[in-house]
Amino acid sequence: MQRSFVARNPSVLVFLALLALFTLTATVLSEGFGVGLISTSFIKTLGKTLCLCLVAIAMDLIWGYCGILSLGHFAFFGLGGYMIGMWLMYERTRTIVESALYEATIPPTEAEVRDAIGNQIFGVVGSSDFPVVWMFADSLAMQLALVVLVPGVLALIFGWLAFRSRVTGVYLSILTQAMTLALSLYLFQNDSGLRGNNGLSGLQNLPGLDAVPQSVVSVWFLWASAAALGLGYMLSAWMMSGKFGSVIRGIRDNEARVRFLGYPVETYKLVMFTVTACIAGIAGALYYPQAGIINPAEIAPIASIYLAVWVAIGGRGRLYGAVIGAALVSLLSTWFTGGQAPDLPLGFYTVQWVDWWLILLGLSFVLVTLFAPKGVGGLADLIADRRSPDRHGADLGPDPGSLREKEAVE
Amino acid sequence: MSTLLEVSGISVTFDGFRAINNLSFQIGPAELRAVIGPNGAGKTTFMDIVTGKTRPDSGRITWGDRNVSLLGQSEAAIARQGIGRKFQKPTVFEDQSVQENLLMALAKDRNPLAVLFYRPGARDLERVAALADRIGLGDALLRKSGELSHGQKQWLEIGMLLAQDPQLLLVDEPAAGMTLAEREKTTDILKDAARTRAVVVVEHDMEFVRRLDCKVTVLHEGAVLAEGTLDHVTSNQTVIDVYLGR
Repeated sequence: MQRSFVARNPSVLVFLALLALFTLTATVLSEGFGVGLISTSFIKTLGKTLCLCLVAIAMDLIWGYCGILSLGHFAFFGLGGYMIGMWLMYERTRTIVESALYEATIPPTEAEVRDAIGNQIFGVVGSSDFPVVWMFADSLAMQLALVVLVPGVLALIFGWLAFRSRVTGVYLSILTQAMTLALSLYLFQNDSGLRGNNGLSGLQNLPGLDAVPQSVVSVWFLWASAAALGLGYMLSAWMMSGKFGSVIRGIRDNEARVRFLGYPVETYKLVMFTVTACIAGIAGALYYPQAGIINPAEIAPIASIYLAVWVAIGGRGRLYGAVIGAALVSLLSTWFTGGQAPDLPLGFYTVQWVDWWLILLGLSFVLVTLFAPKGVGGLADLIADRRSPDRHGADLGPDPGSLREKEAVE
Repeated sequence: MSTLLEVSGISVTFDGFRAINNLSFQIGPAELRAVIGPNGAGKTTFMDIVTGKTRPDSGRITWGDRNVSLLGQSEAAIARQGIGRKFQKPTVFEDQSVQENLLMALAKDRNPLAVLFYRPGARDLERVAALADRIGLGDALLRKSGELSHGQKQWLEIGMLLAQDPQLLLVDEPAAGMTLAEREKTTDILKDAARTRAVVVVEHDMEFVRRLDCKVTVLHEGAVLAEGTLDHVTSNQTVIDVYLGR
């Protein structure tokens, strides 16, 4: 009766195989490790796409499985990016400053080096002192821990306040969006300590590895992103396959019923909100070194809305749906907005996709929501011949004499 | 006779409307009780109060041998102490199989970490299978519960209640929308359950109540109007006036 993990989740093996095949193909075709058919910038695009797939999985867990439409998960993604960005920027600036001061006749003191780094990093916002948030910027281990801790703790506090008051549905979505907006507005300020709207830049350069060309570094990040995505997929599938997954889906479908079964619903929601925020943070920490720059605009509420759109188009409540949606829509978006898509001459008007892509995306979102709520991932059901129960119009009882549904109205 | 649940003098007001008015109610550890009354008599509100969904304005609710107060406890905490509830409309998790529904209800540690690492052992699966047999769903364990008929969903929900192993079952209109044969089976399940625990059944259908053959409490305007055997309460002139006579 009870089957093994793989038997219950056939998508995991298929997914891991496809992911491995994809990574291998990309590596073989890359400039750094293979024949050079794929440019380094496109390898970066692919690597970034894998990170977006990972944050989409987090979104699917919280929205598709737990039923909480969070419009804050891209903020957690951005925070993860900021945390790793601080170390990358600090360390790289330090190597530059040290090599410059090396020429000086009197060897510089620790404090002088630190001041010089501060000048370099914060000169752009008219300051030279390190804010408190940069306290651990010189320690890779600490910043890596913060990648998980900062989004996790923020989600924990926010979630505790929101879930404890039993805020649900669209009100909760609005609250999460307000949190995202507040965070991005705060980061836009110059005295936020994270360089205001300049953000952190030069993140693609790994400190101490100047000799390694970007063509190689990009493939490393592709591997790391693929590994994180694979692990994230397996972890999510494992979490959602057992009784925990049953409870979470139960909360989505009927929260009150789960409560009357004796489960502390608020605690479960809080666990999900925090865990998915941590996953989003990790995805962000892998994404931004490939993007090279992070600024508060990345955290703006619209990004989190995109995330919801990806998951909706890909198919909520199934992990591969989230991956398909994120990959498909973000790659298409790159293609359309990158000016590569050919214009569509209609005679009286020429459709330029750079302008019209958003309208196309919005339209497909509306159409998917209305006519194909299972999304693109729902196509898999056609192969697996899996149908969701639909008994409308049938007799109410197992006996032939039972009332029909429309007769049973009180 | 010892009491399992004692509700004394509770009142609750919604926007000026007195839904429950100085209501007192007692039930013993292995007792079957039917609660009847006209629409708006406060039957569902009474269940809401006992299960912690609604807070009463005044009154006391004490529970169990140690006379714990249930006031101020969360729904989940009350459920964990042994009060199970079945809703009027069958609410099972339609997207999940009968087995998953029953496993979720099975009396086990409810904290997230324990649940995350929980994997059903042979004993749990046997217990689920036995429960499914008892509610007539032995062959449907792996079917999605959304595919079940209305009557089967009602039984599944009763099965989930039994899986929780509560000391008190609150059952709201279990026979709604059922055929005669289904009703008889439902009666059997409930009477069987009442041999080892307390069962409170809210029902409209007098025939069904007669078949339960138990003490009856009549509610009217949020208070107890009469209590006793069915014949006793149906011969009461006030009951006839407010409920049966219409």
